Amino acid sequence: MSLLLQRQQQATRGRRVALRDRAVRLAERLTTPLLPADYLDLFDPLRSGADLRGRIVAVEPETADAATIVIRPGRDWAGHVPGQYVRIGIDVDGIRQWRAYSLTHGPRADGHISITVKAVPDGRVSNHLVRSARPGTLVHLEQATGDFVLPTDGGRLLFVTAGSGVTPVIGMLRNLFPVTDAGVARLPRSQGYDITVVHVAPSEPDSIFLDNLRTLDEAGLIRLVPRYGDVHGRLDVADLGTLVPDLHERTTFACGPGGLLDALTAHHDTHGLELLTEQFRVSTVSAGEGGSITFADGTTVEADGATPILTAAEDAGRLMPSGCRMGICYGCVLPMREGAVRDLRTGEVTTAAPGETNVGGVPIQTCVSAAAGACHLDH
Amino acid sequence: MTVMQKKDVDPTAHLSAEDVERLGQELDAIRQSIVDSRGENDAAYIRRVIAAQRKLELGSRAVLLVSVFPPAWILGTLGLSVAKIVENMEIGHNVMHGQWDWMRDPKIHSTTWEWDNASPAAQWKHSHNEVHHTYTNVVGKDNDLGYGIMRVDEDQRWVPFYLAQPLWNLINACFFEYGIAAYDLELGKNLRSQKRRTSPEFRARAKQTLRKIRGQATKDYVLHPLLSGPSALTTLSANFTANLIRNLWTHSVIMCGHFPEGVQTFERRSINGETRGEWYLRQMLGSANISGSKAMHFMTGNLSHQVEHHLFPDLPSNRYAEIAVQVRDVFDRYGLPYVTGSLPRQVGSAWKKVIRLSLPNDFSAKAQATVTGKLLDFARPARDADSAAA
Repeated sequence: MSLLLQRQQQATRGRRVALRDRAVRLAERLTTPLLPADYLDLFDPLRSGADLRGRIVAVEPETADAATIVIRPGRDWAGHVPGQYVRIGIDVDGIRQWRAYSLTHGPRADGHISITVKAVPDGRVSNHLVRSARPGTLVHLEQATGDFVLPTDGGRLLFVTAGSGVTPVIGMLRNLFPVTDAGVARLPRSQGYDITVVHVAPSEPDSIFLDNLRTLDEAGLIRLVPRYGDVHGRLDVADLGTLVPDLHERTTFACGPGGLLDALTAHHDTHGLELLTEQFRVSTVSAGEGGSITFADGTTVEADGATPILTAAEDAGRLMPSGCRMGICYGCVLPMREGAVRDLRTGEVTTAAPGETNVGGVPIQTCVSAAAGACHLDH
Repeated sequence: MTVMQKKDVDPTAHLSAEDVERLGQELDAIRQSIVDSRGENDAAYIRRVIAAQRKLELGSRAVLLVSVFPPAWILGTLGLSVAKIVENMEIGHNVMHGQWDWMRDPKIHSTTWEWDNASPAAQWKHSHNEVHHTYTNVVGKDNDLGYGIMRVDEDQRWVPFYLAQPLWNLINACFFEYGIAAYDLELGKNLRSQKRRTSPEFRARAKQTLRKIRGQATKDYVLHPLLSGPSALTTLSANFTANLIRNLWTHSVIMCGHFPEGVQTFERRSINGETRGEWYLRQMLGSANISGSKAMHFMTGNLSHQVEHHLFPDLPSNRYAEIAVQVRDVFDRYGLPYVTGSLPRQVGSAWKKVIRLSLPNDFSAKAQATVTGKLLDFARPARDADSAAA
């Protein structure tokens, strides 16, 4: 009997799915050549089933050059674990830019997510987010990702953070020890953690979230070891054992610029210590003259800085899409995953860095672009 | 210089090779100033236009659900016509030109856009962006000159087929989207030979076009009418009318771009070794503008700024009006004829040409003399030298 019922339910479900598929196909035929989503997005861009987006609900200044951006994510946001990061696409001067930022809160009751951004010199996106972003702006999101997350079962941990590298750690700590108006909440789930934070910054006022760390330190929930460049000098990782006497008993989580992470990795390898690292900013591409062009199949073509990529590739016998050969028709556009090219008409350099630019790469016109360093084309 | 005019009077005769290169540099500078100032406002503009167009289309189709009531039929048809025109011209044509690629928005990009038209985007981009914009007005290379079914230049050889070209032009105007699709398929050339007809490449493209047409026709002539229930027949007629209005309008605007009197054509060999400056010069002389209100410019997808569009096909359309002021100044300073006129005048001029050239040249010698006279007026600095020679 129950088997029969199960079968009936399955059949009903199957019919429902088939019906829905048919409805979707019908809607697509009604809206061709666009998709139903193109019309629905006009009214509810955050709806379930839409490309993942979010809307900025608040921009809260943290220091003179840092701000926390609170975002209401679309209904398909799958949630996150403190310490994970999110890729955000935002239009700056009309141009879509993608960056990765740590999520600064654990899951919040209002369902919002937040990132804390420090404006870096010449940082197009960070400066825009800190100084020009306005509530109401629509941003593009990807689901949270990253393995730099707290172990769930507690333990003895050391966080080494530098500059804005503190943000994923703040996310973890806020989740463990929420700071409320009535003081720091002591939650049963947080009792198994013994945490030391070594925070490195050029000077004290520049250190975002310092108040938060100090409050936790004063409450005796963490041990904070601040190291400010103008007071203590540059942090030498060899001194870590002195700053943190029980270093060998702790698992180290480090987040900061590449140089610090490299030094820590070498140090911990030598001493056989456990280390997890997280780096956001990929090393910047510097534009040079000419370079090797790598294609999707792995073949490489060498090109100088004066020859269009299209010409160089064709001379090397590659089949390339092409059109007017003068930068008009866009018949030659290919996505560049990584690297730099120079527009031969204007000298303007376009760069692509995985994680910072479009998921599919930056489309470039190969007929008027020359290699300005090594570049990878999706073709 | 290698730009050789086919006309009796060469409007560029007074320009030296250095002049032409300097002209090229000036136009490059105009282009650069727009590229440098492209930004948030331009991005907001195209997004606003796209959103408004989609809402207008939705609203019009909703009104047409009760198209059995005449006021609803009129309102819905009008709205849908405008929506289709804006979608094809200010949005589709310009997005597929790559005018908005700089925004790096995958949803508004020349490589991803598909338009509400019988011709698949990929094929249109080839025949329009690559062939027409590169070989603008070069007789024998730019198929836009008469679309392969009409004679629009004295130098195209006359055959009796052209006697009926006013009729071909009218039919083409009514069914322009299918005309474009056939043209992008190079249907005439491809059907003529057995080898081309059966080539897998042509077959694949033909299949792609047929699929697109089927999708478009199913939407406008089957599904939306069915959705209207008792209003099915009137919705069908409304959709047909909207497509007809869109076809007539786009055909008229596009005829104004290169067919009116005063527009120059070029010999095939004249473009060998053409420099950047010479290429600009050919675009300047081979295109004609339409003058009118802001609303008129918008409804033509800013193709009323045809000269500016041909000089800078990938600059955002909303900037052509300000570019036009600077381009006009370049025309004046270099003594070149800037062909422009109101929409009725330019449409009339293009139709006159189509009718006149349906007859062999000697039949229309008188008409031609009038044109030469007009050209002499335009080529002011050349006139003195010319009359001295005479």
